[in-house]
Amino acid sequence: MTDNVKPPLIQFAGVTKRFGALTVLDNFNFEVAPGEKVTLIGPSGSGKSTVLRILMTLEPFQEGRLTLAGMDYHEPGAAAPFRASERHLRNIRSHVGMVFQSFNLFPHMSVIRNVAEAPVRVLGLSRDEAQARAVDLLALVGLADKKDHFPSQLSGGQQQRVAIARALAMRPRVLLFDEPTSALDPQLVGEVLAVIRDLAHEHDLTMLLVTHEMRFAREVSDRVCFFDKGQICEQGSPEAIFTAPSHPRTCEFLASVLG
Amino acid sequence: MMYGFTWDTATPLTYAWSILPIILIGLTVTLKAAAAGFAIALVLGLVFAMLRRSRFRSVSWTTACVVEFLRDTPLLVQLFFLYYVLPEYGVTLPAFLTGALALGLQYSAYTSEVYRGGIEAVPRGQWEAATALNLTRMQTYRDIVVPQIVPRILPAMGNYMVAMIKETPVLSVITVLDMMALANMIGERTFEYLVPLTMVGLIFLILTLICSAGLHRLQKVLPKAGIPLR
Repeated sequence: MTDNVKPPLIQFAGVTKRFGALTVLDNFNFEVAPGEKVTLIGPSGSGKSTVLRILMTLEPFQEGRLTLAGMDYHEPGAAAPFRASERHLRNIRSHVGMVFQSFNLFPHMSVIRNVAEAPVRVLGLSRDEAQARAVDLLALVGLADKKDHFPSQLSGGQQQRVAIARALAMRPRVLLFDEPTSALDPQLVGEVLAVIRDLAHEHDLTMLLVTHEMRFAREVSDRVCFFDKGQICEQGSPEAIFTAPSHPRTCEFLASVLG
Repeated sequence: MMYGFTWDTATPLTYAWSILPIILIGLTVTLKAAAAGFAIALVLGLVFAMLRRSRFRSVSWTTACVVEFLRDTPLLVQLFFLYYVLPEYGVTLPAFLTGALALGLQYSAYTSEVYRGGIEAVPRGQWEAATALNLTRMQTYRDIVVPQIVPRILPAMGNYMVAMIKETPVLSVITVLDMMALANMIGERTFEYLVPLTMVGLIFLILTLICSAGLHRLQKVLPKAGIPLR
């Protein structure tokens, strides 16, 4: 499907993820090229979010191999086969950022501190540098005037835009969006999607997006993957998936969400 | 006479007035012991709570045992142990230090449970956001978790602080000359206990009332979201 010359940035090879007796990802294979914008759609519980959470190192997996920019999630030579050292995981994490469904802003920090904190602590920027970077990013998401507010003083849509700025401040190569608009009131969805749409024009940024906003998925993605029961059931260009889905499960799903 | 002050037992009032300076000297010792003990309890309790949550089973289990031991043995026994038994093994600490340490150790077991409850109430999303931003565990505790749990743990911590202040007289059994010890000594010499002991009781009452009021005020001014970081 992706006949790209570049080697994949992300590669899942036969990854199996179980929660107890429940298999969430079953011998899962998936590749993402650098700079590609991929949308993951499918019914809830089909494993879409788990893919992002594994990439963010929030969840371990039991079998298979996962690499990001050539780095193996399972540290070579680590004692237990599927347990990497914290140092190794931090190395991987430095390339990945994530935007959560429930924003997860730090409620006790001002907006600018939310964005500037990790660049100071993790990247070693000075307070001034980090704040300058934060101000630029807040301007990018249209919230420069809210920098001294606290999260509780913002609307959900504004909070999510801050969360996007916060993730961008770490300059990740891969940005993961886990249902970024699902927790928002309908009238606030647009402002968040507009920000993500702008980001989608960034060439270098690789984006993985789990969403139920089908029209939006069609607009921004290079590729759409339909998930069902822990596997990619069908994938292709947005046109192909949305206008001429071939798999019966895809047709069924699209019919149910598009009404 | 004590500390250069002589007492005047002519009337209860002159008696009280004459021994007040002595009692106040004891008060400074009481305050220092409570402050040092509580500082130890606050720091050590957090360390225990963090170790308790370690990913390494051996660390969390050992910590749980130590905390349980500290919590389930009487302060007096711990105090005597530190003061009389440790010197036999070459560790001799001054009485005051021993007292503050024993108080701190015992109360760290209590405060660690308070911290633990507070930490567990921090939503998982906060930890995940911290991980996604690549903060270390220590940074996550320092910048994200602890500032957020302060408003939540304040009432329970306040209770333990008041409890600890009230428990400082037990240090007199290992020769720390706190307020209680001095009042007792004055009583032994004058055969007049009522006035010094009443004074000690009243001072404790004032002390704990001040603490409660201060905590109440702190709770009011502190934002619910945690210590604000701008």
